[in-house]
Amino acid sequence: MAAVQETVDHVRRIDVEQYKYGFETKIESEKAPKGLSEDIVRYISAKKEEPEWMLEWRLEAYRRWLNMREPNWARVDYPPIDYQDLYYYSAPKKRPTLNSLDEVDPEILKTYEKLGIPLQEQEVLAGVVGADGRPKVAVDAVFDSVSIATTYKEELAKAGVIFMPISEALREYPDLVRKYLGSVVPSTDNFFATLNSAVFSDGSFVYVPEGVRCPMELSTYFRINEEKTGQFERTLIIADKGAYVSYLEGCTAPKRDENQLHAAVVELVALDDAEIKYSTVQNWYPGDADGKGGIYNFVTKRGDCRGANAKIAWTQVETGSAITWKYPSCILRGDNSSGEFYSIAISSGRQQVDSGTKMIHLGKNTTSRIISKGISAGRSENTYRGLVSAHQKATGARNFTNCDSLLIGEECGAHTVPYIEARNASTQFEHEATTSKISEEMLFYCMQRGLSSEEAVALVVNGFVSDVLQQLPMEFAVEAQKLISISLEGSVG
Amino acid sequence: MTPLLQIKNLQAEIAGKKILHGVNLDIGKGEVHAIMGPNGSGKSTLSYVLAGKPDYDVTGGEVLLDGANILDMAADERAAAGLFLAFQYPLEIPGVTTMTFLRAALNAQRKKRGEPELSSPEILRRVRTEAEKLGIDPEMLRRPVNVGFSGGEKKRAETLQMSLLEPRVCVLDETDSGLDIDALKVVADGVNRLRSPDRSMIVITHYQRLLDYIVPDVVHVFSKGHIVRTGGKELALELEANGYAEYVEEAA
Ligand SMILES: Nc1ncnc2c1ncn2[C@@H]1O[C@H](COP(=O)(O)OP(=O)(O)OP(=O)(O)O)[C@@H](O)[C@H]1O
Ligand SMILES: [Mg+2]
Repeated sequence: MAAVQETVDHVRRIDVEQYKYGFETKIESEKAPKGLSEDIVRYISAKKEEPEWMLEWRLEAYRRWLNMREPNWARVDYPPIDYQDLYYYSAPKKRPTLNSLDEVDPEILKTYEKLGIPLQEQEVLAGVVGADGRPKVAVDAVFDSVSIATTYKEELAKAGVIFMPISEALREYPDLVRKYLGSVVPSTDNFFATLNSAVFSDGSFVYVPEGVRCPMELSTYFRINEEKTGQFERTLIIADKGAYVSYLEGCTAPKRDENQLHAAVVELVALDDAEIKYSTVQNWYPGDADGKGGIYNFVTKRGDCRGANAKIAWTQVETGSAITWKYPSCILRGDNSSGEFYSIAISSGRQQVDSGTKMIHLGKNTTSRIISKGISAGRSENTYRGLVSAHQKATGARNFTNCDSLLIGEECGAHTVPYIEARNASTQFEHEATTSKISEEMLFYCMQRGLSSEEAVALVVNGFVSDVLQQLPMEFAVEAQKLISISLEGSVG
Repeated sequence: MTPLLQIKNLQAEIAGKKILHGVNLDIGKGEVHAIMGPNGSGKSTLSYVLAGKPDYDVTGGEVLLDGANILDMAADERAAAGLFLAFQYPLEIPGVTTMTFLRAALNAQRKKRGEPELSSPEILRRVRTEAEKLGIDPEMLRRPVNVGFSGGEKKRAETLQMSLLEPRVCVLDETDSGLDIDALKVVADGVNRLRSPDRSMIVITHYQRLLDYIVPDVVHVFSKGHIVRTGGKELALELEANGYAEYVEEAA
């Protein structure tokens, strides 16, 4: 692939000092007052014209949250968050209902252009299967908290696929949402998920009906853009019996001084013989050289293989955020169901990453596979935390885990914390882990062939993570490679 | 005419241990010099120091390429200036295909020299042509750099890289080791194709046999960190017959 070269070129072209996407779009927005209270929860629900049961659900979560404590078991360290000093709702003031990208606010289009992912280009990319046979991509662009542009709705509708902002789904398909919302990540699940349940702003809703193979990759670009706006996305994806869907989530955020809280919840439900692939490229603002001002990313992502032979695969490329607390997990409930987790987590500067997965084997002959590649540079700390468990009834459960850590420099840390619980004798769990330093010999070899030290690091690191990159859809893999190089810039002396 | 490569009283150490004790060597354009010498005498050290490996401290002397001192240049700048080292032990780079590596290397060098980068199809074409001449299966180009390659395959791959990058000074460190008799001929042919009036070579080897194929203009005997004798190609035959005993004594 030309991607490495491309990566290097791309890095050259972007002439911003530390965080490359640090700019802010000037769009007036409509905010709820600062702080969190029952009134704010009611305000959000009212703004979204939600049904009564939804408001009740939020309020219940809110009341529970008041009695919960922020978890502190992760290997991350940050000053206390003042939850009353945040905004919990913000929407672009002009809130048009658009069907075409042409109608999108030009300011927003400019922002995307700066990011190197102009929507127009996405549209071309997403166009009907071209001569080169590329798959189509549907973009449900989420700007701040409200979805402002939804494309390819019609084509999806033809296939019977529902893909829309969850706020809209609550109005159009309330029964469907009600049936599944909170069924994988209950509103009582954990501090951040409960907070999300109370105040979630928007996110995507996907329903793929029985036997339908979603005709295109579904993609959303998230972006935090409003000062001190907590970002509480809520995504719910359901693949009915025998259905298939691949969902891509990618994001970058503008530079700023205040810490920004991000507590998303993603729920996946795969029924009998269904398959869901969920891929993420995460590049939230990591903070300045001293770690000040970066995003706090506390995410709850969980998939439920609710039917027999169901399959869920998480693939993530994590390069941003000051703090990452994220464990995309699979509940392997159906017999013969399988879960996969492929992860690249890169930390540099003062970033702190505590990420991993949980594979909960409940059904018979369930299988799971975990491939985790952690790269630490600068003075960052990178922890893989993973749980593999098998219930008594999960006879014949199998897991393979491979955790590799790569260290760049002397001041960073890599940690692997695997938890294994097998409640029956027929399980087969395998765990492999390696930690290595980036090899000077390898870098010299590359440099002898003409690569600069940064190009050499980018090449070696891209090689180190190639197993995982291969799991990503093409366009995403290229994007991810760029991010990997950008995020390691300046980490070699 | 000034020699293309001039090594003047070069001294170097690693981990506080002095290995090179004043190496003097002039190589004219188009010349091929063979260096032979006992194990541990510092031949690879010389090649690493020429290429700019960071572990080594140069404690004295100069190395001039086309009259310009290269000792202050980083390894990648030396590479772009036309210095190529075929490693005695080529490194493996997991996850990076040989083709990707070759493309990245060639374009990185071209960019540093202010030459336009080549398109992927153009590079692919060049690589395929060279690979075929060297009897390298195109399938190998899709495999990660040197990973799982046999000893002989690694040496062929080094020769492929050299052919593609078209360096001005080639340093071949035991490129013949690990090659079977047929492969030796293929690789030697590859090296000979690169011989030209503008290109110079240092061929480090333990075996006179290689020099039957790559016929050197000059042969040096290296011992205890410097050159102890210089002669014509017949010197290699003499070494083959008598070994290094007398030089090891002399140098001591
Ligand atoms: N990192 C190091 N620390 C200490 N000594 C070293 C180090 N690297 C190399 N040496 C020593 O330097 C000396 C020269 O080694 P070098 O590899 O240059 O020999 P050589 O002539 O290439 O031998 P061979 O014919 O076996 O390839 C050896 O004695 C070796 O042990
Ligand atoms: Mg040697």
